[in-house]
Amino acid sequence: MIAKPYALFKKDFSSELRTRYAINSLAMFIIVAISVILFSIGNETITESLTGGLFWVVIFFTAMSGLSRAFVSEEERGTALTLQLIAAPSTVFSGKLLFNVILVFCMNTIIALLYSALFERFIVQNFPLFLVTFLLGNIGLAAASTIIAAIIAKAGAKGTLYPVLSFPILLPLILTCVQLTLFSFDGTRFEEAKFELAIVAGYDVIMLTASYMLFDFIWKD
Amino acid sequence: MIWKIFLFLLITFVSIAGIAFPIVEKPTEWYQFPFIPGLEENAKIIFFHVPTAWLTVVAFLTSTVFSFKYLRKKNLDDDAKAYAAAQLGIIFCILATVTGAVWAKFAWGSFWSWDPRQTSIFALLLIYGALFALRSSIESEDKRATLSAVYSLIAFVTVPFFIFVMPRIMKGLHPGSADDTNAGPVVDFKMNSSMQLIFFLSLIGFTIFYFWMWRVGYKSLILKDKLDKQLIRG
Repeated sequence: MIAKPYALFKKDFSSELRTRYAINSLAMFIIVAISVILFSIGNETITESLTGGLFWVVIFFTAMSGLSRAFVSEEERGTALTLQLIAAPSTVFSGKLLFNVILVFCMNTIIALLYSALFERFIVQNFPLFLVTFLLGNIGLAAASTIIAAIIAKAGAKGTLYPVLSFPILLPLILTCVQLTLFSFDGTRFEEAKFELAIVAGYDVIMLTASYMLFDFIWKD
Repeated sequence: MIWKIFLFLLITFVSIAGIAFPIVEKPTEWYQFPFIPGLEENAKIIFFHVPTAWLTVVAFLTSTVFSFKYLRKKNLDDDAKAYAAAQLGIIFCILATVTGAVWAKFAWGSFWSWDPRQTSIFALLLIYGALFALRSSIESEDKRATLSAVYSLIAFVTVPFFIFVMPRIMKGLHPGSADDTNAGPVVDFKMNSSMQLIFFLSLIGFTIFYFWMWRVGYKSLILKDKLDKQLIRG
């Protein structure tokens, strides 16, 4: 159950370590995106709500620039057919999802660290709430972008199409996460943020279920 | 034929009644509409704006149902039906956005204020746009049908978040929002019976109109497909 997706994950991981394509380009993308924001702000102090919003803007665009690799690289190298022969669709999806979840966690941790270092108003009052939001948001982001990446790869790897297709799907997640991030800045207690947390958790569950059920149709030609 | 005449009469009646019937403080005659606080004279847009928004959702629903059917049976006719519904859906979505924005200008003072309902209709517009972008990027017929069906199903599972959840967590101005005090659930008790009658007649009329257009749309798509195939063979 776990062993086969893990094997696929290890394959992706070692091929990533060999080329370091995703890691390098994502790291550079994060630096570029944050410096563009810092340049445009200049010497002004921006408000908390703007900081929280910009945090998720950078997360969204970084995800859009890097997460499609999971499936697009298989199509580019022509290994998708082999993968189809040796592994069940659910295994392939689990493996790719695991890889993307870990990638999203790494890149978002870096973004959060950079934000707390570079932005004055990025002060989290309620850290547990921020952590839970961060965890649930990352899982939802990874789930939705993995299934869209699979669609994109089959559609002929159109780079510009990826954010176009992902944005409406991710919109409820991002809006709620921005709200929750602001709550954690304000120091809102858990009980008051219960409804928003339930929305994000529900989104994760629904997106994971739908992706697992629909992946078969995408993967089988 | 007879139902087309019926539909024509119905929509003509609804248009005339919706625009011409007066709004008064205390209705005495059957053709007078009551005064709804917070909506006032703007209340009349309800007969045209709500049906377009309703049809946007109906079109999305039909598109999803036939996408699901396509994935199960792999019949390209189902894909044509889903595509025709999406084509109509984007037209009604644009109409709902525009009529809503015009209404917002007079009721709230600006064309666009990121009210939860405006956000959701905007997201629906983006979903439709993304669906057409995806369709136009794929050459192969079967692949295009499968991928767009999968995408519309994934988009469909996010719709409950927009319709039921967003209006409850975001502050809104639209009737029916979480902190709405005066305009309240308009349909339930603020309308009198004649207003309700015309409202539901308008909904029925527009829905019949939609299904007629949809039938014409998918039949022409299927015919076009057949002719293309004949041309290739001959």
